[in-house]
Amino acid sequence: METQTLTKNKITTQKTERISGSEAIVKCLIEEGVKIIYGYPGGAIMPVYDELYKYQDKIHHVLTRHEQGATHSAQGFARISGKVGVAIATSGPGATNLITGIADAQIDSTPMVCITGQVPSHLLGSDAFQETDIVGISTPVTKWNCQVTKAADIPEALAKAFYIAKSGRPGPVLVDITKDAQFEEFDFSYNKCSKIRSYNPIPKTKEGSIEAAAKLINAAKKPFIIWGQGIILSKAEAQFKALVEKSGIPAAWTILGASALPTSHPLNVGMLGMHGNYAPNKLTNECDVLIAIGMRFDDRVTGKLDEYATQAKVIHFEIDPAEVDKNVKTDVAVLGDAKATLEAILPLIDKNSHKEWHQQFKDLYKIEYDKVIKGDLHPTKEGLTMGEVIKEINIQSKGDAAIVTDVGQHQMIACRYAEFNKTKSNITSGGLGTMGFGLPAAIGAKMATPEREVVSISGDGGYQMTIQELGTIFQQKAAVKIVVLNNDFLGMVRQWQQLFFDKRYASTEMVNPNFVAIAEGYYIKAKKVTKREELAAAVAEMMASKEAYFLEVCVEKEGNVFPMVPSGASVSDIRLE
Amino acid sequence: MSTERNLYTISVYTENNIGLLNRISAIFQRRHINIESLNISPSEIEGVSKFTIVVSMTEEHVKKIIGQIEKQVEVIKAYYHDDHDTIYQISGLFKIKSELLFEEPQIQNIIKESNARIVTVNTLFFVLEKSGKQEEVVALYNQLNVFGIMQYTRSGRVAITKEEMKISTLLEPYNH
Repeated sequence: METQTLTKNKITTQKTERISGSEAIVKCLIEEGVKIIYGYPGGAIMPVYDELYKYQDKIHHVLTRHEQGATHSAQGFARISGKVGVAIATSGPGATNLITGIADAQIDSTPMVCITGQVPSHLLGSDAFQETDIVGISTPVTKWNCQVTKAADIPEALAKAFYIAKSGRPGPVLVDITKDAQFEEFDFSYNKCSKIRSYNPIPKTKEGSIEAAAKLINAAKKPFIIWGQGIILSKAEAQFKALVEKSGIPAAWTILGASALPTSHPLNVGMLGMHGNYAPNKLTNECDVLIAIGMRFDDRVTGKLDEYATQAKVIHFEIDPAEVDKNVKTDVAVLGDAKATLEAILPLIDKNSHKEWHQQFKDLYKIEYDKVIKGDLHPTKEGLTMGEVIKEINIQSKGDAAIVTDVGQHQMIACRYAEFNKTKSNITSGGLGTMGFGLPAAIGAKMATPEREVVSISGDGGYQMTIQELGTIFQQKAAVKIVVLNNDFLGMVRQWQQLFFDKRYASTEMVNPNFVAIAEGYYIKAKKVTKREELAAAVAEMMASKEAYFLEVCVEKEGNVFPMVPSGASVSDIRLE
Repeated sequence: MSTERNLYTISVYTENNIGLLNRISAIFQRRHINIESLNISPSEIEGVSKFTIVVSMTEEHVKKIIGQIEKQVEVIKAYYHDDHDTIYQISGLFKIKSELLFEEPQIQNIIKESNARIVTVNTLFFVLEKSGKQEEVVALYNQLNVFGIMQYTRSGRVAITKEEMKISTLLEPYNH
C-alpha cells in the first residue's frame, strides 16, 4: 500500500506495508545490513523473538548465556569488523545486565545498538513485573537512548540509533520498546537516517590549523607521535602510515590504537602508559612537539598531568571537541575525522628521518630489553612466564591472529608482546577495564570474521566472570582459540598489593576449578600445560584445530608486569623493576 | 583564564525530548557539581527548548562542561556567560497574612519601596511577587520575614545575553 505523510505543507508518498512493531524491528535491522545479533529472550521481548524465528534465514541470532555476554560479543563483532554490533534483551534484569557492556562500549567508542523490551506502556511506572527504568539507568553510559511506546515510532528511532552509533565518535545507543508497541500494527516504511539537526558528528577543521600543525611538525627537532583508536575508527591506517614514513617521526600507541601500524614497522616504538614501553614513556617528557592522533590522554597513558610533556608543544588531531584541552592543553587542535585531516596535512609535511632522535628510542629499548623483555620472553628460571606464551602464539600465528584479551596482567603482557600485522587485531577492554570482556568478545570477533584466527587470552580471574559463554561457543561452533594464563591469583591486584600494600594479599588468591574438565564439559577440546617444554607443541595443536580449543597454561604465581608507571606518578618515573 | 570560582549562566538550546533533562543533569552530577538554579522554557525558536543553568565554578571547568553538554546528540548549542554579559532576573513569591497589612503599616512601605506587586488579596492572605536580581528578592524576604511569611518560593534564573546566540543560523540548513 501507499501512505501519504504531511510535513510542513509537503505531502510525501511512500510504499508501506501493514506489519507489527516487532516485525518492523527485525525489518529495520535487515535494512541496516545486520546479519548477526546477540541476545537473550524474555517476556517483554518475546514478540521480537517470534519475528526472529520467522526471519532466521536473514538474521542469525546468537543465544549467549548471559546478557552481558551479548554486549561483549556485539562489541567484539564491532571492533573487528568496523560495523555496528547489535545486542537484544528483555526488560528488567535482561536490560540491566547489558549495562556493563554498554559502559565499556561508551568509554571505548564502540558502535553498538542495544534493543530492550519494556513492559506495556500502560504499566510504565507501576513497578510492574520486570519493569526497570533502563532509559534512566543507561543515560550516563550511552551516546543516545530513547523509549518507544508506539509502533509507528520504531523505524525512525532505530534509523537514528544506527546513525548515531556509527557516526562521528562512535558509541553505544539503547532503544527501549514497550511490548504493546511491538504488538501494534502500523504502516511500515524505512528511511535511513543521515542527519540530525542537533548533532554534528564531524566538527569542521578550523581554518589554518592544518597549516599551523604542519609548521610545528616541520620545525621540530624531536617530534613524537602518539596514536589511539581514532586511526582505526576512521579507517585512516594508510594515511597514518604515510605520514609516519614521510615525516620519519617515531610513533607510539595506546592499547586501543594497537595494530593500526604493524608492530614490526621500524617507526613503531611501542606502547604508551602505565605498563607501556620504557622509551615512549620516558621520551614523552623529552620531545619538543607531541602529535596526538585519535587518542584522549587517558590517565593510564599520561600519569601525573602536571609533569606530562610540559616541555612540548602539543598538536591534537581529534574528532570530539570535548576531548580537546580536557586533560592536556593543546597548542594546535586539528578537529575533524583523522582520515581527512591526515590526508590534508600529508603534502605539507617535509621528508625527514630524525635519526639521532630515533636512536634515543633504540637506546632506551636496549635498557628495557635487558631489564625486562629478555626475562619475559626468554626466561631461564623455572616457571612459565606470560610473555613466553604470547611469544609462542606470535611465532605460530605469524602475527596474523586477532588477539582478544580480558583485563589484568595477561592483558598488559599480551598488548606489550603480541605482534600485529593487520589492523583491528587487538580487541580489549581499555577504558573501563572490564574483567569478563575477553571470552564473549572473542565470540563476536570470530563470528564477524570467520576467516581470521581469533585467540582469546584471559587470566584465571576474568575468565570465570563470563565462563558460561563456553556454552555459546559450543552451540555456535565458533572456532575461538581460548588461552587461560593461570597463576591462581588476581594477578594485577596482587602485584599492587605486593608493591604498595606490603604483600598483604587480601582476597586475591584463587582456588580454581579443573578448567580442562569445564571446557570438556562443554565438548570443547582442552589441554593444560605446566612445563616449558610442552608449550610449543600445545600451542601448535591449538592453532591447528579447526574447532574451538581451550588451552590452560599454568604460569608463575607471582610474576609482575614491568615497566610500570605507578599510579599518580610522572611518566618519567617509570620503573623497570 | 581565570582559575577563580565564579557564577556562570549556562544557556543550552536543545530539542524538546523526554529524558534530556536527565542527560544534562547527569553531566553535573557525575562531576560533583551543584546546580545553583535551573530553568527550562521554550526559546525564541519554535520547537527549541532553552535550559538556563547557574553554576559556581572556574572558567576552565565551565568550558569543559560546555564541551560535555554540546556532545549530547539532542543539544543544539551551549554557551556560558558571566553576570556582566547577561541580563538576568529571578522571581519570588511571598504569601503573608492579610491582617498584617493593617497591623503592621511598614509592610505597605516595604511593598512600595521594593517595587513588589500584589498578585492577589483575600481575607486570609495576600501574595506578593517580586522580580529582580536574587539579592533584591532576598532583601525583601529578610524585611518581610520579621513579620512572618506563610510561604515563600523563588524561581530559577532566567537570562538573556547581551551577545547574539546564533541558533537560527545554526538551524538554517534544516529549515526546509
